[in-house]
Amino acid sequence: MCLAIPGKLLEVFEESGLKMGNIDFAGSVSKACLEYVPEIEIGQYTIVHAGFALSVLNEEEAKNSFDAWDDLIDRANAEGIEMDKLERPD
Amino acid sequence: MKYLDEFRDPVVAKKILSEIHAVTTQPWVIMEICGGQTHSIIRNGIDQVLPKEIELVHGPGCPVCVTPLEIIDRAIEIAGRPDVIFTSFGDMLRVPGSHKDLFMVRSEGGDVRTVFSPLESLKIARENPGKEVVFFAVGFETTAPGNAMAVAQAAKEGLTNFSELVSHVLVPPAMEALLSSPLNRVQGYLAAGHVCTVMGWDEYDPIAKKYKVPIVITGFEPMDVLDGILHTVKQLEAGTYKVENRYTRIVEQGGNQPAQALIKDVFEIANRKWRGIGEIPVSGFKIREKYAAFDAELKFSVGDIHTEEPEACISGVILQGLKKPHDCPAFGKECTPQNPLGATMVSSEGACAAYYKYQRILSD
Amino acid sequence: MDFPEALSCPVPILSHDTVQLAHGAGGKLSNEMIDKIFLPRFTNSTLEKMEDQAVLENPGGRIAFSTDTFVVDPIFFPGGDIGDLAINGTVNDIAMSGAIPKYLSVGFILEEGLPFETLHRIVLSMEKAAKLAGVQIVAGDTKVVNRGSCDKLFINTSGFGFVPDDVNISASNLEIGDKIILSGTLADHGMAVMTTREGLSFQSTVESDTAGLNHLVQDMLSVSTNIHALRDPTRGGLATTLNEFAASSTVGIQLYGDSIPVKENVRGACEILGIDPLYVANEGKLVAIVPPEVADAMLNAMQKNELGKSATIIGEVTDKHPGIVTMKTALGANRIVDMPVGEQLPRIC
Repeated sequence: MCLAIPGKLLEVFEESGLKMGNIDFAGSVSKACLEYVPEIEIGQYTIVHAGFALSVLNEEEAKNSFDAWDDLIDRANAEGIEMDKLERPD
Repeated sequence: MKYLDEFRDPVVAKKILSEIHAVTTQPWVIMEICGGQTHSIIRNGIDQVLPKEIELVHGPGCPVCVTPLEIIDRAIEIAGRPDVIFTSFGDMLRVPGSHKDLFMVRSEGGDVRTVFSPLESLKIARENPGKEVVFFAVGFETTAPGNAMAVAQAAKEGLTNFSELVSHVLVPPAMEALLSSPLNRVQGYLAAGHVCTVMGWDEYDPIAKKYKVPIVITGFEPMDVLDGILHTVKQLEAGTYKVENRYTRIVEQGGNQPAQALIKDVFEIANRKWRGIGEIPVSGFKIREKYAAFDAELKFSVGDIHTEEPEACISGVILQGLKKPHDCPAFGKECTPQNPLGATMVSSEGACAAYYKYQRILSD
Repeated sequence: MDFPEALSCPVPILSHDTVQLAHGAGGKLSNEMIDKIFLPRFTNSTLEKMEDQAVLENPGGRIAFSTDTFVVDPIFFPGGDIGDLAINGTVNDIAMSGAIPKYLSVGFILEEGLPFETLHRIVLSMEKAAKLAGVQIVAGDTKVVNRGSCDKLFINTSGFGFVPDDVNISASNLEIGDKIILSGTLADHGMAVMTTREGLSFQSTVESDTAGLNHLVQDMLSVSTNIHALRDPTRGGLATTLNEFAASSTVGIQLYGDSIPVKENVRGACEILGIDPLYVANEGKLVAIVPPEVADAMLNAMQKNELGKSATIIGEVTDKHPGIVTMKTALGANRIVDMPVGEQLPRIC
């Protein structure tokens, strides 16, 4: 349920009394309603579902996830776990 | 694409996978609630590379699958009226009602249109004052902010030709209904990231405590799903049952407050029937009295609807995680995406369609 | 959007601004439309004779014959229109046999009230596409129907070309070990059309890939005539074409998951609309099945042609799971790439 992907806010405008924005998804630009993310600023990433921006992406937290996963990789390397062994043959 | 591709990195994904292998010591049954996660799991073959001890069962988080047949039949009835423009997300057009689907209504002359946002439907209503424009407002908590906004906006503008046929369902009551079933097998949940984006996760704490199940909130990309599984397994192995947010880049504990406020203004909590499962108390939304003018169920009196579910279909038990699609005798035979018997075969994220489309090569 | 061709070639002055039922009735108005709109653009010695049929030289050997009808909505979309689509579509269908397309017929069904300006623009782009492909339009027909009986205009094109003697291309020719080459990025046309449609709130930068592929095919044949199968993955996309191949030849097809090129903006549109590029229409791409020993040379030749510059090997033919197309995922799992069911729809879940 609930397909929503992150895009970058390009511009803000008003339409029928609602705060709207154009969101860039790698070059395809889609309109979304920004009423639920009043704090959003141009250049920030937001998750859009069915034409509504629902959350401003927290870039700090995204980085934290990566750092945690990097630790995982370091540890796996240190323990000599061989990734390819996990693949099942065709 | 930024913030998407990074979460599909196969090298990191395999590291997380190896960690899952390292921490797993015994069999566990984990349910991903959300159909979007089911889709991602099957599409990326995540279930094929997990330790064999871990069984993923696919939950009821697919609005296409759980929208009850009588609402589909009602939609079909309304959509066929000559004065109606019926608008819907593309997902719902192929869902079989008792006798036909919305595509067939269109082929018979009904004005059925696909929209991507309920605001588009509102725009159609403004542009067609002589027509009744109905929006098929299905979905979980994620879709509710948009559907609420369309109603509130119609009221503000004084649009009298717009209404919503609402079939809104809620995740936490369904999680609880599954856990309280005597047949329950689920030991841990992956919670739906985008539902939590809207609602936050305070509702999950009592469930985790009462039923002693870990609930891990996660996203939809392969790394998110694997990370969610890892942290669920870690809790299961350690015997803990906390709510854990692993989708921190998107989800905050309190959710989206402005969205919750408008949802509360437009909708009230109601009992809802789930296709294949039955009625779950306080498991959905209906339009509040003060917005009754925008409730298509009240606006269009539809006579008695006699629904007919195909006998062979076991989608109900599949949605509850009790059986897998290939346990169904009709799977891939009488029931295919071309000729679906149940909704789980229609939606691209329905467990049956996902299995059919991405089913593993069993013979190799 | 700019249409420089249209600016350099003004709409001919006719006695009406829009198409009338009488323009299809075979009298003076019909002749005026043919003389002013069609003949100047499609001119060649065969057409100019204005006979009821085209009489053409037969060089001997096999001919490849094809027909297709075009009803695309909207009729103008980023990167093309119904006119060049109609020419390129039939040119490509002929070319996928290895044939050199030569002659086309064009049948128009026009809705009463269609502005001549619109028709003229479409005819101009047909002229341009035909010139690029090197085909002649040697027969034509026009019908006008009541308003509402068709949507603006529909176009049928039929045509044929000559198949070189040593070429034998067929969906049933796949052999175990063959390589699968895709000539470029997927899903451009389908997403260009879809993101233009009303109701999706898109400001699309996606352009259709509509193009005639016959010269690319000839470049490929000049490397080796040993091409087993060739098809342009239009409706239903690459997944449909490969499933047809696998079924016709009773072989398995294994795709390398990460190898399939999709432009970033097309992928963006696919992601937000929940659409898999494997199932989206292309109008200027081909997929070739070639023996492994010629694959590299073929790929090189393709990459030298503008229309094949992003060509890449995306998979191979296998003896496992005959009739089924599979894709290896980045995690090392295998999934089935099935035939699509019906039209691709934007979805929210």
